[in-house]
Amino acid sequence: MDELKKAIRDYVVKEYLEDGDDREVREDTPLITGGIVDSFSMVSLKRFLERKYTIQIPDAQATPQAFDTVNSIAELVRKFTSGV
Amino acid sequence: MSAVMTLPTYEERVAGFDWALSEEELGVSREGRVNIGWHCSDRICDQGRAQAPALIWEDFAGAGRVYTFNDLRVLSNTIARFLQSLDVAPGERVCLFMDRIPELYIGFLGILKMGAIAQPLFSAFGEDSLWTRLENAGTTAIITQKKHVHKVRKIRDRLPALKHVIVVDAASATLQPGETAMALDALPRVERFAVYPSTGETPSVLHYTSGTTGQPKGAQHVHYSLVSQYLTAKWVLDLQPGDIYWCNADPGWVTGTSYGIIGPWSNGITQVVLDSGFNTERWYAFVAKHRVTVWYSAPTAIRLLMRDGTEMAKRHDLSSLRHLASVGEPLNAEAVIWSKEAFGLPFHDTFWQTETGCIVITNFPGMPIKPGSMGKPFPGIKATVLDPRTFEPVTTPGSVGLIALRPGWPSMVRSYWNNPGGYANKFRNGWYLCGDRASVDTDGYFWFVGRDDDVINTGGHLVGPFEIESALLEHPAVAESAAVAKPDPVNMEVVKAFVTLKPGYRGDADLELEIMNYVRKRLSPLAMPQEIEFVASLPKTRSGKIVRRVLRAKEWGEPVGDTSTLMDE
Repeated sequence: MDELKKAIRDYVVKEYLEDGDDREVREDTPLITGGIVDSFSMVSLKRFLERKYTIQIPDAQATPQAFDTVNSIAELVRKFTSGV
Repeated sequence: MSAVMTLPTYEERVAGFDWALSEEELGVSREGRVNIGWHCSDRICDQGRAQAPALIWEDFAGAGRVYTFNDLRVLSNTIARFLQSLDVAPGERVCLFMDRIPELYIGFLGILKMGAIAQPLFSAFGEDSLWTRLENAGTTAIITQKKHVHKVRKIRDRLPALKHVIVVDAASATLQPGETAMALDALPRVERFAVYPSTGETPSVLHYTSGTTGQPKGAQHVHYSLVSQYLTAKWVLDLQPGDIYWCNADPGWVTGTSYGIIGPWSNGITQVVLDSGFNTERWYAFVAKHRVTVWYSAPTAIRLLMRDGTEMAKRHDLSSLRHLASVGEPLNAEAVIWSKEAFGLPFHDTFWQTETGCIVITNFPGMPIKPGSMGKPFPGIKATVLDPRTFEPVTTPGSVGLIALRPGWPSMVRSYWNNPGGYANKFRNGWYLCGDRASVDTDGYFWFVGRDDDVINTGGHLVGPFEIESALLEHPAVAESAAVAKPDPVNMEVVKAFVTLKPGYRGDADLELEIMNYVRKRLSPLAMPQEIEFVASLPKTRSGKIVRRVLRAKEWGEPVGDTSTLMDE
């Protein structure tokens, strides 16, 4: 897992899983459809990404589909960054 | 097409209407025996539909199970007996705190069958929201999953009434002392169960709802609510034999119980449940796979579908759909028009709330829809708009007033748990006040205008500002706080917080994100401010009370109104 994906995964585990919730989050684990992150919580995840990578993700591209896995989130972030 | 043409008109349904029609079909009366759990399972079996599918359940990964009405009957008996074995008594509150898994739906019926009061709570609630509602209700048992039991553990020592923590998907060895495993498939199936002899006014369901002031209130419903829920599901959702029905709502909210359990099953209808977060492709594939015929959704979901365009809808075979309805917030005209393009059918808006227990103002199948309108009162519901100063009905068409209902329909809330004063405040001049503003046109159609209070309607869910502000104040950086609604293109409204900081803290983006996550974890994702504005001071009255309306007006670009009573900056 590359650094970007690891950072996303670690943040999801830290912020969106309850203490003691031992579900494994992999690169392809469904986050939105799997109920780990809901559409309201996506806003705080988007804020984290924008802050950490100094990017702006347009609301139109911050869709449940784009935020559904660590893989798809990393792909979205890469669209707005270079060299990450 | 022929079925649509034979539907009664609105006027025909209203003429001579009496709830006795529903009582007769169900075989119940207000004074006689009625038990929602029995009516949704045993009764349907007695009518010869024991082997018909009642619940077709699927999880996010596509795994699924099918339960017949006989399964519902036997498994709800099993849960009822299990609760009895723990000495849970009739009248005690049993909380359901689970995702949309089969045990949630079947457990609801089981609780009612043994005479306890079902208290469903949204599984995304954080520990503070959960504690507030369990403490207020004096809940004695909670049924949950291992992924949520950690939240219960954090607060259990502050809930002296909570005797039982029941976990449906964990082995006993993994549980802590005082917790009980209940693996439904492993329990002996209970074929015969003596259903609690509840009557019409026996308490059934306790749903918590938010208000402007104070903590959420527990809306207490009774078994007689069935009479309204059965008939409105039949007429407004147009449920008919052979239908496959999908209600998007979570039973943690009233739509998910009134029309995600009681309405369809009391009509003997097969329903499908998808335990998954939102995904447009997944939803369309689900409709196509199960040949869904009737779909009850919400404007927020519809706007998310709209965002992905009609093309995505047309890539799936959605031809099974024959009736669409929506609830939770006003359905904008664009959504009605878009649904005709995407599905060849309009969404029918329905209006009701936790306290009404059933749809009260609505668009019927067969009734001309005015896009953007709430529709007309359901037969047996006397609705009007009141002048906000006199609380007398407004007589001029188009004038905005307070939506009010004449009490007495079967599913009307009977009380707020431990809060008689709050309940009394909902009535004026013999009318129940919904807390919303609307106008009525010359044809009798209602047009929603907005809330009449500070409650925030986000994604169809009501969130109380007081609860959010209380959570904000517990953050070490926050000195004062105010939470208001902010317009949002998808969720209609989202929470925005205004915060003053304690000395030594700097209001930057890092602190904003930290506070957002803090509120989300303690309350729920719905209550998380989607924006926090750090301010030097908040508008207050001269007596020091924070005036939210000034902040809200600025967010909505509306006039601030009279500021003469505000404290000088």
